[in-house]
Amino acid sequence: MADTAALDAAPIAAALPTTRDDKALHRLIFVGIAVLLIAAPLVLYPVYLMKVLCFALFALAFNLLLGYGGLLSFGHAAYFGMASYLCAYTAKSLGFTPELAILSGTVTAALLGLVFGALAIRRQGIYFSMITLALAQMVFFFSLQAKFTGGEDGIQAVPRGALFGMFSLADDRAMYAVVAVVFMAGMLLIYRIIHSPFGQVLKAIRDNEPRAISLGYRANQYKLAVFVLSATLAGLAGSTKAIVFQLASLTDVHWSMSGEVVLMTLVGGMGTVFGPIVGALVIVTMETYLAQFGAWVTIIQGCVFVLCVLLFREGIVGLIAKLIRRPL
Amino acid sequence: MTTIFGVPTQALFGQLLLGLINGSFYAILSLGLAIIFGLLNIINFAHGALYMMGAFVAWMLLTYFGLGYWWALGLAPLVVGAFGIVLERVLIARLYKLDHLYGLLLTFGLALIIQGLFRNQYGVSGLPYAIPAELSGGQRLPFMFLPNYRAWVVVASLTVCIATWLVIEKTKLGAYLRAATENPTLVQAFGVNVPLFLTLTYGFGVALAGFAGVLAAPIYSVNPNMGADIIIVVFAVVVIGGMGSIIGSVITGFALGLVEGLTKVFYPEASATVIFVIMVLVLLVKPAGLFGRTA
Repeated sequence: MADTAALDAAPIAAALPTTRDDKALHRLIFVGIAVLLIAAPLVLYPVYLMKVLCFALFALAFNLLLGYGGLLSFGHAAYFGMASYLCAYTAKSLGFTPELAILSGTVTAALLGLVFGALAIRRQGIYFSMITLALAQMVFFFSLQAKFTGGEDGIQAVPRGALFGMFSLADDRAMYAVVAVVFMAGMLLIYRIIHSPFGQVLKAIRDNEPRAISLGYRANQYKLAVFVLSATLAGLAGSTKAIVFQLASLTDVHWSMSGEVVLMTLVGGMGTVFGPIVGALVIVTMETYLAQFGAWVTIIQGCVFVLCVLLFREGIVGLIAKLIRRPL
Repeated sequence: MTTIFGVPTQALFGQLLLGLINGSFYAILSLGLAIIFGLLNIINFAHGALYMMGAFVAWMLLTYFGLGYWWALGLAPLVVGAFGIVLERVLIARLYKLDHLYGLLLTFGLALIIQGLFRNQYGVSGLPYAIPAELSGGQRLPFMFLPNYRAWVVVASLTVCIATWLVIEKTKLGAYLRAATENPTLVQAFGVNVPLFLTLTYGFGVALAGFAGVLAAPIYSVNPNMGADIIIVVFAVVVIGGMGSIIGSVITGFALGLVEGLTKVFYPEASATVIFVIMVLVLLVKPAGLFGRTA
């Protein structure tokens, strides 16, 4: 069955090229998002918004790897969670200011991504996913046993501190401003990566790796680079989350977190620029409203997975992109 | 008391036996995964959930119908297998023409649903399942005490693994299966009903998982989370062994169980991670896996 599968393997993203008009449209959407970010805290609860933004950045980072690199990592919780632990630890025990704590978490995720990425790209396809999952489970057990992570308790009561030692983040609105800036910067960086020459080669490798290699590209170096970038940005999201919620716990490194980010990307639209943001918004909102139903959340998540895979593979944004015939 | 490397022999052999038991489950589960992957090209993430379901079916047969262990050993794999056939026909069969990753995502979603439903119904504390009367007690060997049930688990799983291997390697049915794995189009052209084969293979693969679940029920308590914990380890086992060979996945499963048992004796802190560490080492030295074929 391997032959037919390779022939029919539909590219994950719409293969439409991006034209100048599309870039203008994207710029308009970015401005729209910026306006929404400024206006939203006037009507919505800032803590909920910050949660959405942290997970949206996480999903964007994940989608960089899946949608544009064609690599399905089932262990992204490792980078998200480990960064969250390091950030919480440096902020609480070493007294780092929030920007340095976030930086230390992000660097940790980058290093972890470098090591795990180098291992995982030695195999392809389904094996790649299983390896990333197994490596992430190793990180989970490490976090469970290591002293600094606080085991089952996690690291609680992490101080938000003062940005650059000057601006206190204790107030939710101040914190929100920082998270919004981090999110915007991360999103624009990912957009830039996707549309750079590096991103073009990446998409070529995703669509036809042997051909890209025959054209002289070192596919493995590109794959490793995008893996590290994705892990780093996932770490940025995890670190920011630790400061916002003043908590780093085992939930962040558990495999269900890896599954959740896959779900967000799937619902929003794999391989679309804006899909993961919409996906994170939908899933976080769903979880917030369904939290009272306990274990039903897992069941509903599972159903959403099944429905998306069977009927709705483009995701929300992918569907809109198809309707207006523009890559989004 | 006799000791080996400063460890009492009783503890050493006890852990080795426990390792062998875990290895039995790794072997049966990775065998099922390998068969399913070979023919369907799908990594069955729901395998752990179906293993858990096997244990629960055994518990339900006893609690609601008064049918004991031996009935469960025969019926639970059938129930799980039938459930698997329904899943394959209704859901999984729609994905054969798509990228492999959709199969992984779909079965992941199924695993979440199955686990969630059982967790809702039965909680997470676990339900007890007694060892059958015929197999209670144990043998006092010169170097250790051997509980009968544990010996039975090792023997039963070895038997099932070897029988499966014989069917696949030595019978006509197995020959069809291997041919369909190599080139389904050609086999279909020869008049073999390949879609039916796919369905039955999936059913058989998950029935193996259900069988493992029944074996596990008296050892570990019957718990909705039992499958989620083991499936990730089994994935690592599959990466280490490579899915190219049936007997390879069986050997790898048992061997890694033993290694895990030994680690529990000599360096308990690493016992949860040792299999993942071995996976890293194997990836560095022989990326295709110990028994894998380089694609």
